[in-house]
Amino acid sequence: MPNKKDDVYGDHISHKFNDELTELKTQFLNMGGLVESQVERAVQALVDGDGYVAENVRAGDKQVDKMEVELDEEATLIIARRQPTARDLRLVIAVIKMVADLERVGDEAKKIAKMAIKLSEEGQAPRGYVEIRHIASHVLSMLHDALDAFARLDSEQALRVMKEDKRVDEEYQAAARTLLTFMMEDTRNISRCMSVMWVLRALERVGDHACNIAENVIFMVKGEDVRHTPVDEAEKVVGR
Amino acid sequence: MNTMNPTVTSEADMPEETLIPLQEERPAETVIEEGKTVGIPFADDPKFRLRNVEVFYGEERAIKNISLDIGRNEVIAFIGPSGCGKSTFLRCLNRMNDSIDICRVKGQLMLDQDDIYHTKRDVVELRARVGMVFQKPNPFPKSIYDNVAYGPRIHGLANRKSDLDEIVESSLRKAGLWDEVKDRLDATATGMSGGQQQRLCIARAIAVSPEVILMDEPCSALDPIATAKVEELIAEMSESYTIVIVTHSMQQAARVSNRTAYFHLGHLVEVNETDKVFTSPEHELTESYITGRFG
Repeated sequence: MPNKKDDVYGDHISHKFNDELTELKTQFLNMGGLVESQVERAVQALVDGDGYVAENVRAGDKQVDKMEVELDEEATLIIARRQPTARDLRLVIAVIKMVADLERVGDEAKKIAKMAIKLSEEGQAPRGYVEIRHIASHVLSMLHDALDAFARLDSEQALRVMKEDKRVDEEYQAAARTLLTFMMEDTRNISRCMSVMWVLRALERVGDHACNIAENVIFMVKGEDVRHTPVDEAEKVVGR
Repeated sequence: MNTMNPTVTSEADMPEETLIPLQEERPAETVIEEGKTVGIPFADDPKFRLRNVEVFYGEERAIKNISLDIGRNEVIAFIGPSGCGKSTFLRCLNRMNDSIDICRVKGQLMLDQDDIYHTKRDVVELRARVGMVFQKPNPFPKSIYDNVAYGPRIHGLANRKSDLDEIVESSLRKAGLWDEVKDRLDATATGMSGGQQQRLCIARAIAVSPEVILMDEPCSALDPIATAKVEELIAEMSESYTIVIVTHSMQQAARVSNRTAYFHLGHLVEVNETDKVFTSPEHELTESYITGRFG
């Protein structure tokens, strides 16, 4: 195995190549950090009914999109210049895919922010916010752990993120049922509850994207594609 | 990087002696177990069956207990740092090492059912079966026609001029050179471009109907277009011949070969499907080499 785990992309003969890969990783993590904060602030804006913060999140999505384009360009240039192979190639390919996931997470944050603005304007008593808070904290920790697994090349942590996704799905189903009950109790709740439902749906999608990122981390580290495979298969790959 | 020494422009210009110690100074990240090759070194019904091959230059052991099968109509690429033994190993396959006095070869090397190093082996006949193309195009200072006709003449493959004409034409066609030279077959071969000369050498190798073609860095002296033509030719020829290619260009190995063999300090470290070698190699040393971490 390589001498130092953090340095697996850093010991090329060409220092410039090292710098390029390091830059790609750093930029990706920066984008990840921004996207995390976008989701976090969108949810906070929603719960607090804070339209100002929600507007900020919507504006912030432009920065996310910009970073997506820059990262794709950087990855393309590395391929053109270096013709990377093996783990270097897997890093570049995984980043290209994961960037798309991050951008989608950014879009989900924007959707949540829009809902936050709508709901704050309607100004009604909160219903279903407990569920939103709960799922939000769950998917945010998944996203954080997936990015952390990327930073540390930790395939076991990535596997744990993959496993969490099922629980998020269950929580989402349970929350949807609760909201349905509210809607049946009083039909005047329907419009509001539907908005909350959209937010829950957006959060559930964030969990899916975190899961995709985790799968790509396993691909980077282990060289095997674990997408569309059952978790126990992925477990075998990681255990190798 | 040779910024300190601008007169050294490429590896080829450096004396071999300065290259070997450079690698040995670097601590190997993984211990190589002698005679152990990871991946898939063996094949069913191989063209070459090579077992426990060792090559000595005097006292120095340049090839250390290598076992490998090379399949029929397979294109296999040998890669590895300079001095790793890949060319030495390649040259065992048609006994080109015989010309070096201090070189000794041990082990079992079989071409189909025939022992390559059998004491009664006719080396000239062996080399007709196992042709070779070298790094630098080396046409004879004769006409284009005579270059290709040379082999068939000495092997007595053509009795009549018309037979010989046919062999020359079909060889030049297979080498993708016919249309470029058909109007000047009497012109001297040394007046051709480098890429044309190399394809002429390939035509010359094909002319004696070999079963195997060994290529020792066939494109390292060629420009990208000539390289692409030779690579295209390799793909076409693989239908009729077994091809073993030594290359310093990893991209070339990735493009042309079915399997890739990685050599390191005289050991055969890994042999695997080329697609696997370049996306997720099994051995750490293979990974380090192909990703440009040493070499």
